Amino acid sequence: MSNAMHIFLSIDLMPLLAVTLALLACGLIGNFLVLRRQSMLGDAISHAVLPGLVIAFILSGTRAPLPMFIGAAIAGGVVAVLAELVRRLGRVEAGASLGTMFTIAFALGVLLLERATSGGGAARQVDLDADCVLHGLPETLTWDAPNTWGNVFTIASLETAPPQIAVLLGVFIVVAACIAIFFKELRIICFDPALATALGFKAGPAQLVIVALVATCTVASFEAVGSILVIAALICPAATARMLTDRLTTQIWLSAIIAINSAVLGYAAAGFLPGLLWDGYAVSAAGAITVVLGIVFTLSALFSPSQGIVARAIARQRLTSLIAVEDLLALLYRSEERGHLPISLSSAHQTLGGHRGTKAINRARRASQIDTTADRIALTASGQRDAAAIIRRHRLWESYLVDEAGIAADHTHDVAEVLEHTRDDAERPIAPVAGPGIDPHGKVIPKK
Amino acid sequence: MTPKTIQPESATSVHRSALAERPEHSAQSPLSIHAMTVAYGKKPVLWDVDYDAPKSALIAIVGPNGAGKSTLIKGCLGLIPRASGVVEFWGQPFRQVRKRVAYMPQRESVDWDFPVSALDVVAMGRYGRIGWCRPVGRAHKRAALDCLERVGLADVASRQIGKLSGGQQQRVFLARSLAQDADLYFMDEPFAGVDAATERAIINLLRELRTQGRTVICVHHDLATVPDYFDHVLLLNMRIVAAGPVKDVLTQTNIARTYGGRLTLLAQAAEAVAAQP
Repeated sequence: MSNAMHIFLSIDLMPLLAVTLALLACGLIGNFLVLRRQSMLGDAISHAVLPGLVIAFILSGTRAPLPMFIGAAIAGGVVAVLAELVRRLGRVEAGASLGTMFTIAFALGVLLLERATSGGGAARQVDLDADCVLHGLPETLTWDAPNTWGNVFTIASLETAPPQIAVLLGVFIVVAACIAIFFKELRIICFDPALATALGFKAGPAQLVIVALVATCTVASFEAVGSILVIAALICPAATARMLTDRLTTQIWLSAIIAINSAVLGYAAAGFLPGLLWDGYAVSAAGAITVVLGIVFTLSALFSPSQGIVARAIARQRLTSLIAVEDLLALLYRSEERGHLPISLSSAHQTLGGHRGTKAINRARRASQIDTTADRIALTASGQRDAAAIIRRHRLWESYLVDEAGIAADHTHDVAEVLEHTRDDAERPIAPVAGPGIDPHGKVIPKK
Repeated sequence: MTPKTIQPESATSVHRSALAERPEHSAQSPLSIHAMTVAYGKKPVLWDVDYDAPKSALIAIVGPNGAGKSTLIKGCLGLIPRASGVVEFWGQPFRQVRKRVAYMPQRESVDWDFPVSALDVVAMGRYGRIGWCRPVGRAHKRAALDCLERVGLADVASRQIGKLSGGQQQRVFLARSLAQDADLYFMDEPFAGVDAATERAIINLLRELRTQGRTVICVHHDLATVPDYFDHVLLLNMRIVAAGPVKDVLTQTNIARTYGGRLTLLAQAAEAVAAQP
């Protein structure tokens, strides 16, 4: 084994494993918080457990997982009950009471921490301090790795790995297994708790199980990655994945992929980028990973193919120019109907409005819907068909507005002018009161 | 229910024995409610409701806002705790007949941005039959698709539900309750927010269910269509004002008593006091 590899195994492997597993576990269970629109709950739990962790540490004197978890669970439960009490007695909304209680609990935890760590107390020696709480200390999870490959995969050497890794691995397996086994149940409970309960999948207890899983992930990940990254890990991968897909299974897989990639990228960036950029020391891995999660979220908000800001802007732009072309075709159709065709380019420009008109004319010409010769503009055969379809929609809508909605005939044009651009393939048969194929203004409704 | 099984000290036994004395409560009735009271906190929403639903009928629950119409359904299905009372389906408690009872909540009760397709939602109607931890198999997907077909939405089966129109969403919900293939259907406002054509399509499906011998109980808002659509009506305003065949029950007096609410009750009380010598 090369020296560099030995250094990687000793220094970087375990922290990297820890942040990856923590992000995976939190990211997976976070899907169900996002689906139930309870993203704040993750925030609340990860803050609320702090006093429990500190008290458990003061009482037990160790950072062993079991006392930590019991302390966190008790603190989480107490804060949840208090929040509910505040909501009822204080008559404030749920978000406000939750927000009040978890910040108070967090502040209490910080004060307790200061007391526990003052005068070089026991806590100081095991790295339990405010820094650790905020961004965790994955970097401290070093491993006394063997320097030959043959010895790496022995039980003896794996036993020397930090215990946090085993805890995180266990939590990740439990979360992944729960989602795989109870996928169908989770889906119906999150979507329609009432029907789920009626079918025998009791939503109330199941929601408690989800909250318990969130709390487990939070507590297990807290130490490795700190409170900021725990909150980000619960929400960001799931929220990002939600923007990229409309299918739940895809969303869950995507959230896992985003979690793994952000963990690895962020960890690597924290180690290498400062050296490359300003010749500095490595920065906090938890901070770097959170930033990566934020960047991934922003990128998908911008560029998601279906819901992204860019895609929506393009779609809007397309619709605008489609409407302009349809207005042009309708204008030409009406002119022809009145026997005014061909009309001059300049009058088409005037009616449609300068720039918009030019673009519409160019588009229609490219689609060979119109012919322009010199200053004259006329519909081609295919343009004629398209124009007839638009006019048909316009006049059918006018008939509907007059006959069915009871709007006066001279008030229908503007509404129909908007509705003519909508596409509804399931056109209902309509028998205009004004006569078959005649709109309320006495104009002929073009046939299909 | 046999009186032998009654445990004398249990609280429900009081109701059970009372129930046993009521001959009209038969194992034939798809739904028997006896002395049901439901309260949110200290405020009672439903008082002492007694009702027996006839078999293979379309039944409307009608009443003003806040009359407890949705609460009545949720109370029957155990979705909210009952303060008192007994509800039986074909003479049995709900948990023993879950599969024979379908429930369609109000459309607004769920999040339509949820990442599921129309087919996924309809397949949820099959979950009770599929049972815990098993995936939705091919046969159940087929059944769900058939139900979508029956409401005329087979071509949007794979579309995310948020991309459907309000009327289509309502029909997806209807298809889901059809997928439950039940003998008794509870529907909370199946006609809310749909256009006239969809409304006709829905009522035709409900009539089809009745022809097959099933019972449908709908929360309904439009008094005008009750005689057209329904056989029986249950007029509700925190208590049952009247219940029975539409032609007997849907009278001006009963409607006034239902929608007049407390004012009418007060007026009645005042009359009663005035009538005393």
